[in-house]
Amino acid sequence: MVAISLSREQVLEWLSEVADPEIPVLTIADLGILRDVKIADEVIVELTPTYSGCPATEVIEQSVVDALFRQGIENVRIERVLSPPWTTDWISREGRDKLRAYGIAPPAEGGSKRELLHGTRTIACPRCESTDTVVVSEFGSTACKASYKCKACLEPFEYFKCI
Amino acid sequence: MNKNDALLAYALRLGDNALILGQRMVELVAAYPELEEELANANFALDYIGQARMFYAYAGELEGKGRDEDDLALLRDENEYRNLLLIEQPNGHFGDSIAKLVLFEAFYLRQLEELVHCADKRIAEIAARAEKEIRYHLRHNTQWLIRLGDGTEESHARAQEAVDNLWRFTGEMFAADEVDNVFENEFDGPDLYRIREQWRETVAAVLEEATLAMPEDAWMASGGKAGRHSEHLGYMIAEMQYLQRAHPGASW
Repeated sequence: MVAISLSREQVLEWLSEVADPEIPVLTIADLGILRDVKIADEVIVELTPTYSGCPATEVIEQSVVDALFRQGIENVRIERVLSPPWTTDWISREGRDKLRAYGIAPPAEGGSKRELLHGTRTIACPRCESTDTVVVSEFGSTACKASYKCKACLEPFEYFKCI
Repeated sequence: MNKNDALLAYALRLGDNALILGQRMVELVAAYPELEEELANANFALDYIGQARMFYAYAGELEGKGRDEDDLALLRDENEYRNLLLIEQPNGHFGDSIAKLVLFEAFYLRQLEELVHCADKRIAEIAARAEKEIRYHLRHNTQWLIRLGDGTEESHARAQEAVDNLWRFTGEMFAADEVDNVFENEFDGPDLYRIREQWRETVAAVLEEATLAMPEDAWMASGGKAGRHSEHLGYMIAEMQYLQRAHPGASW
């Protein structure tokens, strides 16, 4: 049973601290994958997967369960919400700033079909802000990132792809 | 065939296509000629296996016999898989793999675009997720086919040979059977005739840019949708299922 005093806002606040395992500067709230919390006989946490095959999905779900367990809540159910599908546009303003500070160029806003089909727009270097950058590889250390190089400061950097 | 049987069969086909292609791509992990493509291939394979999980989980619920995604993926026999013959074909050389992906994904992307608007909510939701991923795959793989076709004399010849060899497996994608027809009528599913027109347009444009000739339609192989597979699938499944068959009920 869940204590009567437990509020949805309180649970959301606790969960907003849960970090993404692959980009630990971002929380699940920054990423926009924490969709909702419902409190009934159990605590239901609604999460949206990013990519179909994202290996972080299970780790994030377990982190959510662990975070609530630490607050004394044992009765937790995770619901995967597929619709509407997650888009990088849901990454918060704060999340985008954190990404940039971490050395990852945030996704271009307004991830459109056109971009997915025809390639990305100009991406600014997260270090020196030059737009004189070149794609090195469409794929980086994870499925959601591409590798770029800045021709101005010569540093390599990762770009969080638009989807 | 009633509505529910068609829905289950359709969900399984989508799952089987995604799993078998994903597994074929997994065979190439650590075997690619360069790191960039190694990463691309592994990430694409992950997308497919993730999509397969979602389709299988749904198929298991529809079936209602307590089978989960792992049971459906790993404990069925060869003749129970309903994937297209095209995608079970061996990887061959890099040009073969790329040509196969372009031919399939030009179809799969259209199929997903239609499924986003179908009347079954769950299929539509999974399709909306998968569509974005396949759009990215197709762009990447198309660029490679163009580079190979419009590359050296040898890469051109091998890319053309790859397209020619795989062409006979493309007809099956558009040959509507009972499952396709019932799904189209009952769930506002994809119209394969229209998809074929769109597919031909896409493929013709890519081949032209790649300076490759579009093969003539001739005899087309079929049978995958009915569980009659080429000899290649059995070997692949034997390897894929080894652990689950040798150690029933094994878990992490």
